[in-house]
Amino acid sequence: MSFFKVEHLGIRFGGVVAVDNVGFEVKRGEVFTIIGPNGAGKTTIFNLIGLIYPATRGRILYQGRELTGLPPHRVAELGIARTFQNIELFEHATVLQNLLIGRHRHRRTSLWREMLFTSSVRQAEIAQREAVEKVIDFLELAKVRDSLVAGLPYGVRKVVELGRALATEPRLLLLDEPSSGLNPEETDDMAFWIEDIKRHLGITVLMVEHDMNLVSRVSDRVLALNMGSVIAEGTAAEVQAHPAVVEAYLGKAA
Amino acid sequence: MAGVSLGCVYALVALGFVLIYKATETVNFAQGDLMMLGAFFALTASVMMGWPYWATILFAITVMAVVGMLIERIVLRPVLGQPAFTVVMITIGVGYVMRGVVTMIPGWGTDTHQIATPFAEAIWNVGGVVLPVQQLGVIAMTAALCAVLYLFFRFSRLGVAMQATSQNQLAAYYMGIPVRRVNMMIWGLSAGVAAFAGILLAPATFIHSNMGFIGLKAFPAAVLGGFGSVPGAIVGGLIIGVVEALAGYYLPEGFKDVAAYVVLLVVLMVRPSGIFGETARKKV
Repeated sequence: MSFFKVEHLGIRFGGVVAVDNVGFEVKRGEVFTIIGPNGAGKTTIFNLIGLIYPATRGRILYQGRELTGLPPHRVAELGIARTFQNIELFEHATVLQNLLIGRHRHRRTSLWREMLFTSSVRQAEIAQREAVEKVIDFLELAKVRDSLVAGLPYGVRKVVELGRALATEPRLLLLDEPSSGLNPEETDDMAFWIEDIKRHLGITVLMVEHDMNLVSRVSDRVLALNMGSVIAEGTAAEVQAHPAVVEAYLGKAA
Repeated sequence: MAGVSLGCVYALVALGFVLIYKATETVNFAQGDLMMLGAFFALTASVMMGWPYWATILFAITVMAVVGMLIERIVLRPVLGQPAFTVVMITIGVGYVMRGVVTMIPGWGTDTHQIATPFAEAIWNVGGVVLPVQQLGVIAMTAALCAVLYLFFRFSRLGVAMQATSQNQLAAYYMGIPVRRVNMMIWGLSAGVAAFAGILLAPATFIHSNMGFIGLKAFPAAVLGGFGSVPGAIVGGLIIGVVEALAGYYLPEGFKDVAAYVVLLVVLMVRPSGIFGETARKKV
């Protein structure tokens, strides 16, 4: 049984085929990266996996279970978390509150017991807080813990979003352009964290990324996409040297 | 005092507007009619079944919460994703339907009704100031409801999920929050608050099928507080209530009804986003 597998995935918006017959497999514990020029369908694939878009065709299999057809909020429950290219945080809440919301799927207390604030509720709250503090330590967010997200610089928000995804304790983490908008130093930190997430937290990472330095540094395998279709798959070096990839980015030699 | 207690009712109806607006970004123009319907359910429990006041309140809130959820599920979810205008028109239509249906139900009809309250006509005399217990009761109950709502949003799992949904639906999905179900709950909550407002208003204006038009006063209250701000709705409601009462007392006949809108215009000229509104600045 494969850890995560996409088969014949496709979606069409009116006459536009955004993703066409895409198939790939992610092994447990690896960093798998999807690259491709703008409009290649990378983020669309993420939205399909998150069940935000219903696939027109194909299947998404996660730990032997079919995701297609489930309601979108079940995705988090199954242990899949995601970050976004254009940061989707809860802007009017603090960093700590954002991370605590990440614990939503782990909270099991009922409204009645919460009203009475029973000891089981209290213990559960403490456990959630501890889990979040671990993430704060890991990503060095202690300094901004109580700041409102709306007032934070872009680079920090990007890390907060990663933190919120980690707070859900995922087994599969989807990162949509983790380095976009970051300066070289912040990108370096990001690469370091992605390696740590894989090595120390044992989380499988599926990533969309443009920065080829970052891709080469952290990826075990790379998939290149163009116009909604797979054009190459292999290690970062293999894919970069592949003639179809060169053509997709630079055009055909005259 | 009369102004503050009437303001409390405005505040609660405004709160209903704001809750739904924050979560679903649509304005529910049937909010006043939900309140009217809630008052009629209270009438049924109180007069026709002879239940005590507190049981009446619980009954009306519960029934209205279910009605609110059904409206969301049956009428509004099918048009999810349509422009906000569509939804607004539908809520106006739902309001009309409710007003119509109420007049057809035996025992409700087009007559004006009254329900008994434990406060009745009693009066407290505190150091020469005469305080009608009726109005104090309305204020105390509004304050209590606000406290309960605050605790609910701040500490309960569902309340936090509602806040998350209202701030970012997409992210809420990825946190494992069933966004549609939460939206349905918000409609239920909002209708329940409306029922509560209807019961509080009943002794002042009596219960009739057009009492929902008070929504026209609650709407400026919500805008005044900055649409989308819960404390703003409360403060806005109180301001409109007090201004109306003072205008009715000190200004010539007729000013009472326009006072709310005059205040609204003045505030919007000074602070276009309302008292508690967030100044949404687009970053470029």
